[in-house]
Amino acid sequence: MNVVEASGLGKRYGRSWALRECTLEIPAGRVTALVGPNGAGKSTLLNLAVGLSVPSAGEVTVLGGRRAGSPAALDGIAFVAQDTPLYKTLTVADMISITRSLNRRFDLAYARARLDELGIPARRRAGKLSGGQQAQLALTLALARRPRLLVLDEPVAMLDPIARHDFMTTVMTAASADGLAVLLSSHVLTELERVAGYVILLSRGQVRLAGEVGDLLAASGQTSLEELALGYLRETTPEVTR
Amino acid sequence: MTAATVPDRQDSSDAGLRPVPWRRMAGVTWRQHRIALAGVAVLLGALAVWLWRLGIPVHHAYAAAVACHPASSASCQDLVNAFNSLNDHMTGPTSIGGVFLQLVPVLIGAFVGAPLLARELETGTFRYAWTQGFGRWRWTLAKLLLIAVVLAAATGACGVLVSWYYQPYFAPGSLGLYQIPPFVTLFSLRGVAFPAWTVAAFVIGALAGLLIRRVVPAIVATLAVYAGLAVAAGGFLRERYLAPLVTSNPNPSGTAWIISQWWTKDGRFVFAGNPPLNLVNQFCSAAPTGNSKNAPFGTFAQCLAGHGYTQWTSYQPASRFWPFQWIEGGWLLALSALLIAATIWLVERRAA
Repeated sequence: MNVVEASGLGKRYGRSWALRECTLEIPAGRVTALVGPNGAGKSTLLNLAVGLSVPSAGEVTVLGGRRAGSPAALDGIAFVAQDTPLYKTLTVADMISITRSLNRRFDLAYARARLDELGIPARRRAGKLSGGQQAQLALTLALARRPRLLVLDEPVAMLDPIARHDFMTTVMTAASADGLAVLLSSHVLTELERVAGYVILLSRGQVRLAGEVGDLLAASGQTSLEELALGYLRETTPEVTR
Repeated sequence: MTAATVPDRQDSSDAGLRPVPWRRMAGVTWRQHRIALAGVAVLLGALAVWLWRLGIPVHHAYAAAVACHPASSASCQDLVNAFNSLNDHMTGPTSIGGVFLQLVPVLIGAFVGAPLLARELETGTFRYAWTQGFGRWRWTLAKLLLIAVVLAAATGACGVLVSWYYQPYFAPGSLGLYQIPPFVTLFSLRGVAFPAWTVAAFVIGALAGLLIRRVVPAIVATLAVYAGLAVAAGGFLRERYLAPLVTSNPNPSGTAWIISQWWTKDGRFVFAGNPPLNLVNQFCSAAPTGNSKNAPFGTFAQCLAGHGYTQWTSYQPASRFWPFQWIEGGWLLALSALLIAATIWLVERRAA
């Protein structure tokens, strides 16, 4: 089963295409990295996959053929958007309560234990937490929904190195513990090295490369994901500045 | 962690998924909007206390004046005068109290309705809310309906209190007691109209917020749209809900809402409104003007009537108060339902 399938998928804003002719299959049970420079269409693709956007062309299905954004799709996918939006004036306990109310499943014990571990007080307002804590709270809320697919849009872009490491550790623990599929986008390539098994390279709204990290490295003769991606980006978009 | 990670996945693979129950949105809405709702409660509570405190002496004075016998006695006249002298604070749409009450629906629309969706879009939290299992159109509908019902109930109660306050002034057959026509005075702040205007303002605010996606511009837009609608309703629509009655009786009931007046002679239209000066000079220069300040127009009217002119008055009788309330409440609620449908359609279509 594929967690995301897109065929001929495109999204147009005004006259410019943010994503064009995107056909791909993202396998289940893997951590998939969506990489590419800023403005490559990563967020657009993720928004389409979680059903926040409606395609301008083609189609996208998730979790084995469900329409993106349909009730069944929303039930199985948890999404942590860029800059981890939370209701800043609500307390951590309120955020837990709201997320629990809005979903069929919510693992309250997991959420509480996890926040305890992280030292995030339940009565603190979400807006008063540090950036790292806010990201961890958003991630905890998403994981407590027990999704089959976790979608993360630039989850660590705003975090310092330690918070970044802690965040990715939480993601990896969850992914390895119960076969959760993870799809995350990032323009920071180094951090993906240790987590991603499958990679999709986007630039200027088009898929340039998709496959197993190991296979791609072997085929290209490169030693790291970063070199591989940079090589491709330089080839396809000469003007890109890294 | 491992103990807590055993998920029940079997049920999520089937197509006939049971949706998250609607009632869960009550808690969500309360947690998210308790501050706004508390603000509304404080505003309406303060108004209620204020109306109550002003209303008690009015009712006491009215009861004393009505109970007094014989009515023509000097002591009874004193009681009537005492009642009549009370009507300073609240007895007109342009008094401070009236103006403040008129603002209640639009304040609620601007500060509860406009931020409802605009804040989600402005701060990006819609990406959280609309990707939860509840589903975004259900989330929107549940929130709008819940808050609209709460607002309607609160302002409905407030409207009852406004009606109670004015009851003595609207009472029929009062002997020399100050009376005001129920149509003109705060029509939109009583009965069905007050909650209907509040709900309409709230929904206008929500839709403006969705379209504009920013809180402050959405508030401004709400104020503008509501003002336009209120002016259109009060100045144009309301008097046309039912065809006005027409009478040639020069003194229609004091509680009637006069729409327009015109004069005819020999079955032909002569002029509308006040008599032109040349006509007055021609026929009625002898009519006393200086010493009868209270009714100079009435004097002219009598004079002109003696020369074969007939005054016609079109009016809405006070008995139409409730039909008009239901008509106004009805179209406002229909408009609100339409705007809610549009909001939900846009929420489903419009995206990140």
